[in-house]
Amino acid sequence: MDFFVGHYNYWIVIFLMMVGLYTVISRGNLIKKIIGLNIFQVSVFFLYISLGNVEGGAAPIITEGVEIYSNPLPHVLILTAIVVSVATTALALALVIRIKESYGTIEEDEIHNLDHSL
Amino acid sequence: MVDHISLLLVVVPLIAAPVVAVLPRGRLPWALSFIVATLCAVLAGMQLWSILHEGAISYELGGWAPPWGIEYRIDAVNAFVALIVAAIAAITLPYALLSTEREIPEEKIPLFYSAMLLCLTGLLGITQTGDIFNVFVFLEISSLASYALISLGRQRQAFTSAYQYLIMGTIGATFYLIGVGLIYSQTGSLNMQDLAAILPDVLHLKTVETGFAFIMIGIALKLALFPLHLWLPNAYTYAPSVVTVFLAATATKVAVYVMLRILFTVFPQGFALTTPADELFIVAGIAGIIVASVYAIYQENTKRLLAYSSVAQVGYMALGIGFASATGVTATLIHLFNHALMKGALFMAIGAIIYRIGACRMDQINGLGRAMPWTFGAIVIGGLSLVGVPGTAGFISKWYLVVAALEQEAWISVAVILLGSLLAVVYVGKLIEALYFKPVSDAGKEVSEAPILLLMPTWGLVFANLYFGLDTDLTVGVAEKAAAVLGVMRP
Repeated sequence: MDFFVGHYNYWIVIFLMMVGLYTVISRGNLIKKIIGLNIFQVSVFFLYISLGNVEGGAAPIITEGVEIYSNPLPHVLILTAIVVSVATTALALALVIRIKESYGTIEEDEIHNLDHSL
Repeated sequence: MVDHISLLLVVVPLIAAPVVAVLPRGRLPWALSFIVATLCAVLAGMQLWSILHEGAISYELGGWAPPWGIEYRIDAVNAFVALIVAAIAAITLPYALLSTEREIPEEKIPLFYSAMLLCLTGLLGITQTGDIFNVFVFLEISSLASYALISLGRQRQAFTSAYQYLIMGTIGATFYLIGVGLIYSQTGSLNMQDLAAILPDVLHLKTVETGFAFIMIGIALKLALFPLHLWLPNAYTYAPSVVTVFLAATATKVAVYVMLRILFTVFPQGFALTTPADELFIVAGIAGIIVASVYAIYQENTKRLLAYSSVAQVGYMALGIGFASATGVTATLIHLFNHALMKGALFMAIGAIIYRIGACRMDQINGLGRAMPWTFGAIVIGGLSLVGVPGTAGFISKWYLVVAALEQEAWISVAVILLGSLLAVVYVGKLIEALYFKPVSDAGKEVSEAPILLLMPTWGLVFANLYFGLDTDLTVGVAEKAAAVLGVMRP
């Protein structure tokens, strides 16, 4: 039982990772692919932050009377990764707008029929 | 000032990028980018000279000591790859002046140069840093800049190519991030040298092995290792010519460097041999060489042909890594350098053809060799280098690869390397036949030679090909030192 309940954070990470990757691969709509990519990246953020949690630790902000803090470094790493994820999403959305303008559609199979490019 | 070269290599293009973006239109953005790129090339040369004469550099960012602070650690491998990247950037920029004026809308040119400088920042940052998370940050900086650069191509497939590259590249980078997270969870450190000390104690843990696997797959995607190469042909074909030249000569090379670092420096000696990693590199390398070369033969678009050829050349580099011996790693590093020169020259020559006739399909470039002799000469010598004819740089790298394969008694690899050269003869021959031996098509009736500003960088790279095919002190000498620094696994 501890395998499931004790490690529930890893199960959430695995579930989100698989949902995200499956969405990127299986959905033909370009926006849905971007959403899938975001879900995949969010799962990685959960992995880092949940790994950084110290049992019995408080939030990593220096306060009086607190002796054990959670590890602040994963939080910092994930802030950087979130910024990267947001920038990637913004760029992807800009590309989708231009694709819609040039092709008239954002469905992968229709673009493939027009152009064999996706 | 000299102490800070390692940091200046990253900071100078980074600060120049937004400055270039706001400069008024005209030649000013190009001029500033050219100055910055030349400065980076000079600094990279000084850095390599300093490494060879004084030993490795360890630069602490902000004065914070490693392993808590980020450390820029430069040794022979880093300095070599940084020199390649900066020198290619410096030689591409004079080429860019005319090429971008034809291919990119005028109002976007300052933003184009800004994105080029950001890409240069990212690539140089990857080579300079000694912290594995910092590698991810710079990897994403360079990747995002390249997605933007590729989407500036004239045809509408540029958008879909950039989108496809974005999705695949982000998945690859996120796999790398997962791997780094898993390793961090078991070691508590992100510094490469520190990890090399801590990892031997935790190597038996499944977490660390999984982290290693994730990192390998993530970087293999950036490397365009077969079968994770699907983004490359489209991205190189539909990008503007300058972007193809720059990316073909630098982006995959830097990913090879990251692979070498992770395999040899971060993970202790011999770990990769206990995993299937080395055999998989050899298999993927062989598959890449054969399949990509065969694909290249059937392509109608010359840029696409050269793009598949790039995938095959990456297969050669993967073979060298898979051998994991001193000669193998030396061969990979030499091929890294030489391939940058070869592909740079070839894509520049194709870009010159595009400059003149606006197209690059096989049926449209017929007969242009006679009207554009210098461009044709560059394609011939670049093609001979790709095949591996003695006297050109390509021969040196093929030689070392075959020697490495013979040392390992990997007869299949020897056969594949030679078969790859034969297939290269076929597709290079196709290119040369179309350019010289066919009658001129309608698209190329009134064509004159490419302008001198496009020809000079092209022939600069061609002469570098010939020079480094005959005088190998720099390439082989530094590559052997770098392989010694990496500390290879099999004797």
